[in-house]
Amino acid sequence: MNAVVETIPRPRAPSKLTVRNLNFYYGSFHALKKVNLEIPERHVTAFIGPSGCGKSTLLRTFNRMFELYPEQRAEGEILFDGENLLTVKRDVSLIRAKIGMVFQKPTPFPMSIYDNIAFGVRLFESLPRARMDERVEWALTKAALWKEVKDKLQQSGTSLSGGQQQRLCIARAIAVKPEILLLDEPCSALDPISTAKIEELITELKNDYTVVIVTHNMQQAARVSDFTAYMYLGELVEFGQTDQLFLKPQKQATEDYITGRFG
Amino acid sequence: MGRGGRTRSNPLHADDAPAGRQWRTCQRHLRQHPQGAGTLIGTPIGILAGTYLAEYGGRGWLAPATRFINDVLLSAPSIVIGLFIYSVYVARVKHFSGWAGAFALAIIVIPVVVRTTDDMLKLVPNSLREAAVALGCPTWKMITLVSYRAARAGILTGVLLAVARISGETAPLLFTALNNQFWSSDMNRPIANLPVVIFQFAMSPYEDWHRLAWGGAALITLLVLGINISARLIFRKR
Repeated sequence: MNAVVETIPRPRAPSKLTVRNLNFYYGSFHALKKVNLEIPERHVTAFIGPSGCGKSTLLRTFNRMFELYPEQRAEGEILFDGENLLTVKRDVSLIRAKIGMVFQKPTPFPMSIYDNIAFGVRLFESLPRARMDERVEWALTKAALWKEVKDKLQQSGTSLSGGQQQRLCIARAIAVKPEILLLDEPCSALDPISTAKIEELITELKNDYTVVIVTHNMQQAARVSDFTAYMYLGELVEFGQTDQLFLKPQKQATEDYITGRFG
Repeated sequence: MGRGGRTRSNPLHADDAPAGRQWRTCQRHLRQHPQGAGTLIGTPIGILAGTYLAEYGGRGWLAPATRFINDVLLSAPSIVIGLFIYSVYVARVKHFSGWAGAFALAIIVIPVVVRTTDDMLKLVPNSLREAAVALGCPTWKMITLVSYRAARAGILTGVLLAVARISGETAPLLFTALNNQFWSSDMNRPIANLPVVIFQFAMSPYEDWHRLAWGGAALITLLVLGINISARLIFRKR
């Protein structure tokens, strides 16, 4: 596979994150190879590709999550507001607060539903009780969960169903008002109804946020995203508007994958 | 007892809530027993060390070395620990004391608490830590607000195990706290403690002393049971 992208693809919307020559290593394993990409602002960008192609790895470089593990490292540039995310000297917590993330498996904290949402807010703002109540309601409403939990805010977050837990996690990420929302296969553990709710939510969220979603499900990428990136073996094979990429892919490899003639 | 008699007219404490005063009294009583003081000294050290091992110990040689030494300490004979405190503390100050007993018991508490804290924190899924960090949470807040909360029951179990372990320990107290025929709450002097009393009474030739020793044994058992039940009740899942 020698499908190296020669030029940086330029979507029309202004870019929120610009990735330049990004290389990523798990120890000695070269997981991302010279990735160049622009994530457009207030749009949904989807990463698709087979397992192990580096979609999640790429997503996890955007908030420097890999730094929790000493053997992982990234080289290159990720420009966010004109700064290289990978080398900024400022407190990385402040960056992470601006770039929210939702994981594959729901991860409610072992505390009440209310505190789950308030947790992130309390880290950066000290709101009076009434304002905090408003914020919690706002975030839960945004995540389409308010109606289901408004009478049991003091119950444990872990008592909710899987789909509700995932929406709780989305609400928690929204509550701190980030600029970018990273979703790492948010629907992979969910039933079709919860999935539909979350997809609806993603479509609505792009009015205010830049959303990046990693998904195994090509239909999902086609449904929710404006731009799609196809990755294979750590390389970005093709990146473009979702309609174009699915209807008229430029590369043979992309066409093979999306038509199921892969392998 | 003249000690601990804080003057009631002290203006600083004039508005003491009764609950607060009770808590301080409770704490003072805990500190006045080798077992209580040993737990109070050993638990924080143990939890901090266990936290270091589980949360920060990913890199370098210090964590594996600490873990190994802790495992050795975990299985060290308690009489050796008593002798150790005797030689480094009792022999220096030239008298037995409640504090010496507390130090010896703390050395028994620490490895138990370190081990369980380490194990329980390792059971907290990494995804939970990542979720906290992704919100912009600094590491220390992630540990105190999320990891501890998730591992609370397990860590508490470790502390209770340690309390149960030291409540019956006789050997480390023989050379340190010794015993006292008279009631004393002065931790700087030899102090009466159930295990050594049971030991001495059981070794005596008198039938009624034997019965008292049995009574003491029952008392320890009930005490440990009581501590376990009340801790479970306080920390049960709400």
